[in-house]
Amino acid sequence: MKKEFKVIADLLPKNIRVLDVGCGDGSLMNLLKKEKNIEVRGLELNQDNVQECIRKGLPVIQGNAETELHQFPDQSFDFVILSQTLQAFYEPEKVLQDLIRIGKSVIVSIPNFGYWKVRTKLLFFGVMPVTKTLPNTWYNTPNLHMCTIKDLFNFCDEKNINIKKVVGVNENKTSLIRKNNLEIKNLFSKVGIFLIG
Amino acid sequence: MPSLAGLFFWMDIKLENIKRLNVSKPLKLDCGKTISDFPLAYETYGKLNENKDNAILVFHALTGDQFVTGTNPITKKEGWWVTAVGPGKAIDTNKYFVICANVIGGCMGSFGPRDVNPNNKKPYGLDFPVITIKDMVRAQESLLEHLGIRKLLCATGGSMGGMQLLQFCATFPDKAFSAVPIACSSSHSAQNIALNELARQAIMADPLWDNGQYVLKNVQPKNGLAVARMVGHISYLSEKGMQEKFGRKLQEKADYEFSFDADFQVESYLRHQGYAFVERFDANSVLYITRAMDYFDLSKQFKGGLVEAFKNQKTKFLIISFSSDWLYTTKDNKDIVIALNASGADVSYSEIITDKGHDSFLLDEPEFLKTLKGFIDSMYEKFKNEKRI
Repeated sequence: MKKEFKVIADLLPKNIRVLDVGCGDGSLMNLLKKEKNIEVRGLELNQDNVQECIRKGLPVIQGNAETELHQFPDQSFDFVILSQTLQAFYEPEKVLQDLIRIGKSVIVSIPNFGYWKVRTKLLFFGVMPVTKTLPNTWYNTPNLHMCTIKDLFNFCDEKNINIKKVVGVNENKTSLIRKNNLEIKNLFSKVGIFLIG
Repeated sequence: MPSLAGLFFWMDIKLENIKRLNVSKPLKLDCGKTISDFPLAYETYGKLNENKDNAILVFHALTGDQFVTGTNPITKKEGWWVTAVGPGKAIDTNKYFVICANVIGGCMGSFGPRDVNPNNKKPYGLDFPVITIKDMVRAQESLLEHLGIRKLLCATGGSMGGMQLLQFCATFPDKAFSAVPIACSSSHSAQNIALNELARQAIMADPLWDNGQYVLKNVQPKNGLAVARMVGHISYLSEKGMQEKFGRKLQEKADYEFSFDADFQVESYLRHQGYAFVERFDANSVLYITRAMDYFDLSKQFKGGLVEAFKNQKTKFLIISFSSDWLYTTKDNKDIVIALNASGADVSYSEIITDKGHDSFLLDEPEFLKTLKGFIDSMYEKFKNEKRI
């Protein structure tokens, strides 16, 4: 089980309604359903993943978050989750605004481009970073809008999006990120998990 | 029960091969007329288990019938959904009890325009009441009662079968634990109506149709009915699928014959489909059933539209569409998903990528069948657990 999923599960109360955008094979939905009795819904583009969710008895809608979030009514979920896909959208801002419209709260996680190993790859080797969290090379990466934890922090400030909590994840370690430790956490977190809205 | 004389004039029908329920309860139709004591033909496959939690109701499409799988005892051909239903298939009859009824207005043993009107001892013809999808569905509720099934594990159907299913869920929100409407729409579009009108006009233009009175003369307006079927067949295939299957290939000849015989394979195919159809289907039934489809507009039945139709749904839905289906498009199917979502229902949706058009749901489409099987099997586990609790 990915540490990130565990952190997300811990952020959520029991018995609520959650939409998992880009739900993959349903691992997170399964966890939330079993451990927190959460009523889950998924949105997923990939056919094999959709089939896998259906086989597991998890409700999933095949579709593209970029174009199809409009079908979900305003405030129809307690939480909307977007795990490590924000950077792959053409218009991440539009998607994020849609998530905030649909969910009373939103959890967004990002692979942190500010992580020190990523920075050193570029600084010392002069090549685009390939790491465990960023496994693709520059020519085949789906990531169009890479950002750092600090970037997303600043973005939320700029757009008046309320940040409730930010958690940094590095392997099995997690830590709370605040304004006063942002610089250092931005350097040592592989993944940033934002609770906003 | 109306007499069966002349019911199946085009073949030596053995009625013992058709299970029929006499529906004695009066049914008030949408058109205002009431019918009672009418026959509803059906077939079942597999066994209903002790807990009665393995029943799956299948709704058939426009030209389908109750013979879903195995050999159709009347036509001696394979059942229309043999790809999906049967032992070891996606809808596994070793595990599930599958039920299918012939729609009223149809011609495989259920109350239809070929039946004899007790008032004048003549076949109804156009005196048969105009029926709707809702009438079809309400007639089938009696069958579930008769079989002692309080709640279905699943109900499914493609095309008009999907429409019946949407109506069934809206009318009986707690009769099915899960539902899989396939390649359908919540209302007929102008193009859908136009194509059906083309089919009806083809039948009516055949002089043998004789205002629906052809039964008295023991004939069938074959030419008109065959053209009606050809129209249908074109709409069931995609442009690309048709091009790949036939292209400009000639039918068993080296060159054009400079005549109006079937030079092209696609012509030969249409003619074959058209004239095979007249052997098993009744022209007036096509008129009645296509009319029912055209009148179908689920949102019209509920103030507040489609969202309202699905309010308080407990049924778990899986909607499936096919990318190259231009008769009931992905958009038509997604509109249903959006409405279900807006009403807070439990809904899954999958679009199967294929070139095979609307017909895909009847074909051996592995991705489609895998999805269907995955859903029904997982629903069975849930349903069993729910019942236990």
